Amino acid sequence: MFGRGKDLPVSTAAAGGGPADFLTTKLETMIGWARSNSLWPLPFATACCGIEFMSVVSSHYDLSRFGAEVVRFSPRQADLLIVAGTVVDKLAPTLRKIYDQMPEPKWVISMGVCASSGGFYRAYHVTQGIDEIVPVDVYVPGCPPTPEELMYGIFELQRKIQAGEKSRDTRSARFAQANTSAWPTPQQEREEPAAPAAGASRPAGVERP
Amino acid sequence: MSTVLPPALSTASEKIRARLEQSPLAGKVEIRDLDIPTLEVFPENWIDLARFLRDDFQCRYDLYLDLAGVDNLRRPGRKTRFEAVVHLHSLENNDHIRVKVLMPDAESPTLPSAIEVWPAANWFEREAFDLFGFQFTGHPNLRRLLCHDAFVGHALRKDYSPGQRWFFTEEDLRWPDWAKDTNVRAGHFETQTLSIGPSHPATHGIVHLIARMDGERIARAETQIGYMHRCFEKMSETHTWNQVIPYTDRLNYVSAMINGVGYVRTVEKMLGIEIPKRGVLIRTILSEFSRIMDHCVNIGANLVDMGALTNFWYLFQNRENIYGLLEACCGARLTVSYVRIGGLAIDVPSDFVPRCRSLLESIPTFIDDVEKLVTNNRILRNRFEGTGVVTREQAIAWGLTGPMLRASGVAYDVRRSRPYDLYDQFDWDVAIAPDGDNFARYLVRIEEMRQSLKIIRQALDVFPQSGPVNSDDWHVVLPPKDAVYHDMESLIYHFKIVMEGIRVPKGERYEWIEGANGELGFYAVAEGGGGPYRLKPRPPCFPAMACFEKIIEGGSISDAVATLGSLNIIAGELER
Repeated sequence: MFGRGKDLPVSTAAAGGGPADFLTTKLETMIGWARSNSLWPLPFATACCGIEFMSVVSSHYDLSRFGAEVVRFSPRQADLLIVAGTVVDKLAPTLRKIYDQMPEPKWVISMGVCASSGGFYRAYHVTQGIDEIVPVDVYVPGCPPTPEELMYGIFELQRKIQAGEKSRDTRSARFAQANTSAWPTPQQEREEPAAPAAGASRPAGVERP
Repeated sequence: MSTVLPPALSTASEKIRARLEQSPLAGKVEIRDLDIPTLEVFPENWIDLARFLRDDFQCRYDLYLDLAGVDNLRRPGRKTRFEAVVHLHSLENNDHIRVKVLMPDAESPTLPSAIEVWPAANWFEREAFDLFGFQFTGHPNLRRLLCHDAFVGHALRKDYSPGQRWFFTEEDLRWPDWAKDTNVRAGHFETQTLSIGPSHPATHGIVHLIARMDGERIARAETQIGYMHRCFEKMSETHTWNQVIPYTDRLNYVSAMINGVGYVRTVEKMLGIEIPKRGVLIRTILSEFSRIMDHCVNIGANLVDMGALTNFWYLFQNRENIYGLLEACCGARLTVSYVRIGGLAIDVPSDFVPRCRSLLESIPTFIDDVEKLVTNNRILRNRFEGTGVVTREQAIAWGLTGPMLRASGVAYDVRRSRPYDLYDQFDWDVAIAPDGDNFARYLVRIEEMRQSLKIIRQALDVFPQSGPVNSDDWHVVLPPKDAVYHDMESLIYHFKIVMEGIRVPKGERYEWIEGANGELGFYAVAEGGGGPYRLKPRPPCFPAMACFEKIIEGGSISDAVATLGSLNIIAGELER
């Protein structure tokens, strides 16, 4: 009746199975159903995953079959941010700015292991997961994920939207109010998860170059 | 008592030595024969040597290929801690040469900038300043290039911890001085600063273009990159030789196979091993398919920027079909990691040849369709012809290679000028165009796709139906799995390779092949141990992006968008 296999949970007034003139449902359910099936994605494609994202929106896999058709390059017109590819520290403020420019309600999909955790780039210039910067709703692993995997991620997001679930913003809060100058190294993070790196702050007297 | 004579020099080295003897530089340059002639010089003589190498009628090293810094901190027995290793090519004599500038000052290594001799040195020197802290005297714009502006230290020095990050905010982003005032009065009008990017649909990935606009014209421009610098070189120093292969796939991820082939060829040459013909041909066939994929995406995306969306779907369908072949071979679509040092990960499936043949049938129809749609399309020709012009002299001075150089009328293709693998046994043509504009680059790429199909067709004709794909040197290649389970010796080889990595003999090597964007070189330094001491890819689109700001100056912003698309910038390769 409505959309892709998952009908809007409604009850019809006409008992006995005949066609109804009206239906009853909760307002949140109705809104969630509408939102989940009219996502406007903004592809923040930086690297290899961006090429695979092209596959997903191209004719062969055709994402528009699932109500996520209108790819928009302006954050003002999008409600789903798909971060496809590695995000490095130099790009982190840009990503945050784009996220802040998107109107509410908004969701984020992290496509690929680089965006999700830094992947195998445990390195001096790579953000170790975009959840350092923005809250993430769905993580799609893979390097890069196959188109099917990304689509599954989008279905999962649609389910979350329909159920009204919210992502938890934990690590990214640190970015918004961070006052340290050095990120903890992976090793220091393993040892003391929350504290800023000891001895790793900018040496006294060293100006920002 | 006999005196030990130094080993005789090769012809190429001998020629340079003879010419140097007659110049004021006599006695100031040391020549050795490694894989290619290698000159060692101290910074005070570097510019004189550079001019000599470019201008001497016997040398004519006009193409500046690459600059790699090396930190010798953990490399005993070297003269200085820091070396700047420059690779040059002579189009006239068709040979490569390496120059090492040895910097005695370990605290602040200093050398003069070669930007006046080879304009291509510009960004390479900025990169070396960024990652090694080399001070290039006389460089007009010596700022960080890849790392962000709040970075402290120099990341590729051996005493820099690989995981040490620095916090970067928007306030730290440094703009060029001329761009700081957004509006400047110029006579009756005022010019404006326009910032395009870092995230912009027209920038193909993440590039930041800052332009001073005089009306519609670009009066001055500067490109900022580094938004995808994910530390390939540092990561390769912390992994074993085979573990580097997945990282190479993510250099030019649009044609991942070619990078892997280029890298493993370098290591195979250092090890001195050969791989069977069947393995070589599989690499060649898949590399050529990857080249087609790369050109498909480049042309398609370039046309999308100008509003021709249909072609993109046509060309992308080719990609999907080739993905099918790659997936059948190795299980991955995009980042294949299919090659191994000494061969391939696994043999191809039994229907490999019929699959390739069916692709040979289907790809030309898509190319023809696209040609019919746009090659004589008036909008396209108006926007492509005469825009983004790079003359022959400029192309050489800026260090361009690949389709960019060939579209400016220089027939330099590594597959022809220094045939590797079996390319000299195939009948194919080097595609060139004389005009150097966007349209010429489009035509060269279209023709290269056709030539690649021609190569694949001939490779399939001589493809052995069966036989090994890997070298049988068990010091390098993993023994077959059933032998590992039943045979003690094979188990030991397996254990040694997996746990310690391949033992590559000490030394250095620069190997170069034709990537989809141009000459893709790998400069590897081995110092014992299971992994590279230093690995520097020569990224072919790096010089192209470096000269972009010069190409677009004086043109309109819409031409700049068309030009950027035709350079084929792949962020993973550009910034590594």
